[in-house]
Amino acid sequence: MKLITAVIKPFKLDEVRLALADVGVQGLTVTEVKGFGRQRGHTELYRGAEYQVDFLPKVKLEIALDDAQVSRAIDAICKVARTGKIGDGKLFVTDLSQAIRIRTGESGPDAL
Amino acid sequence: MNRNNNLALLLGKRELGHGRTLVSLLVMLAFMFLPLLASAQEAAAAAPPAPVPNKGDVAWMLVSTLLVIMMAVPGLALFYGGLVRSKNILSVLMQVMVGFSLLVVLWCLYGYSLAFSEGNAYVGGLSRLFLNGVFDPATGAFANAATFSKGVVIPEIVFVAFQGTFAAITACLIVGAFAERIRFSAALIVMVIWFTIAYLPVAHMVWFWMGPDAYTSADVVADMNSKAGFIWQMGALDFAGGTVVHINAGVAGLIGAIMIGKRIGYGKEAMPPHNLVLTMIGASLLWVGWFGFNAGSALESGNFAALAFLNTFSATAAACLSWTLIEWALRKHPSMLGAASGAVAGLVAITPACGNVGLMGAIIIGLLAGVVCFWGVTGLKKLIGADDALDVFGVHGLGGILGALLTGVFNNQALGGPGLVTDWVTASVGSAPIMAQVLIQAKAVLITVVWTSIGSFIAFKVADLLVGLRVPEDEEREGLDTTSHGERAYSA
Repeated sequence: MKLITAVIKPFKLDEVRLALADVGVQGLTVTEVKGFGRQRGHTELYRGAEYQVDFLPKVKLEIALDDAQVSRAIDAICKVARTGKIGDGKLFVTDLSQAIRIRTGESGPDAL
Repeated sequence: MNRNNNLALLLGKRELGHGRTLVSLLVMLAFMFLPLLASAQEAAAAAPPAPVPNKGDVAWMLVSTLLVIMMAVPGLALFYGGLVRSKNILSVLMQVMVGFSLLVVLWCLYGYSLAFSEGNAYVGGLSRLFLNGVFDPATGAFANAATFSKGVVIPEIVFVAFQGTFAAITACLIVGAFAERIRFSAALIVMVIWFTIAYLPVAHMVWFWMGPDAYTSADVVADMNSKAGFIWQMGALDFAGGTVVHINAGVAGLIGAIMIGKRIGYGKEAMPPHNLVLTMIGASLLWVGWFGFNAGSALESGNFAALAFLNTFSATAAACLSWTLIEWALRKHPSMLGAASGAVAGLVAITPACGNVGLMGAIIIGLLAGVVCFWGVTGLKKLIGADDALDVFGVHGLGGILGALLTGVFNNQALGGPGLVTDWVTASVGSAPIMAQVLIQAKAVLITVVWTSIGSFIAFKVADLLVGLRVPEDEEREGLDTTSHGERAYSA
């Protein structure tokens, strides 16, 4: 099993969710995060106080998948989340050693 | 005989015999007494019945008072609240609401007496302690307070209430300077001491006088003048409190900010406003409420209330505009905080001017206030170097000084102003030479600045000695809401 962690631009969330459903991915977890890579931040001015804001709002998805689905899911996410401009985000794949469905107690790929 | 004949001639009658002499004598006597009769009627007319409040004036003044209360809670509270970090918003709301409440009570107990009763040129007396005499339960009589028109009065209770809101909200303005690090008990102690030794005397000096009905003839003028406040006697013009409220609080705020020291992380950590929506709501409530503050300072419903009203409207709009435009030009983005701050700056500057300047003068004052106070919160703030967290000096102090000085300029009838009363016996109006009046205004500003600097220093010093001005560092880091008040404003 694998865990995909993808940080994308917030407005891309709906498209990515639909694209994942199309390739058979059932569930995902979404968090609102802040981050930056090469994308520049901006300056905010409040009366006399100037703030350089480096962090930009992003959305993080965490998806637990069977090994077989991983490459299709990666393709779906990247194709849909890409705008071609700096700040599109990054996707990480990590090994998932265990997964459990809490309601039934199923474990392993059956839990996904 | 000769007299009768003359009388007969006067009356156009023929020469009379003895029988008619008695009648003529009686008629003559009657005519002699006629002037006495007439003068008796004149005497009755010379002592007119005591003036009675007009229902329209009372209704307007009660509404004005309500509007100023709304300026404090929630207006000022939200304006300041949105500007601080979310972990501190409740502390600001508390300092305003509880401070306001505390001072209204003290106003009723002794504040009103020390500000608005006869004492000396610097402070009032104790004749109205516990509001003694304002209402007499034995007779059911309600005392009256003078306005600026002869023969026009309002119930003194109304005047007490109206002025009480002024005293209370002025002290709450200072909250902005020491926000996010002051100990709650210290805030209250500062407000009480400052109210007593700085606000009350300045209010007395600028606004206390014997009223227009005391100026009955030329020979009482000098005596009546001598009973008035020191700054009033100088001839300074301050319609609704440029000196008493804004310069007073602005300087107190600056002194407090210097004495309490900077917030932890100031200049290094980000501490932007956490909710500018609340700040905008607060600024809007301040604008609407300020019509009560300014137009209500006419003390009656009528032409000068109307003048103050429109001036408060136009100057504020002009200042909002000028701050927005200058920010747009200099910093690329016209901001909500700028627009709201501009409006408040205009309101501050027009406060001493509203009933004292003409309609175009008000707009000029507003345009200048937006620009000058923009500098006050940017360039000047950097120069001074203190952490006046919510720019009490930059907006209220500087705006108040600007407004007070420009009142001296635009009061002049040659510049469209209404002029001033040159003789309260006849209520005749004229204009002082502009430079002369500006000089008087400047002196009033200077006296206020010096008096309140000393008073503020004492207030903050005593609070520091009694309880300590600041909260401990870890409490400041965690936030005053949880550590001082045991509450969280936002559950998320």
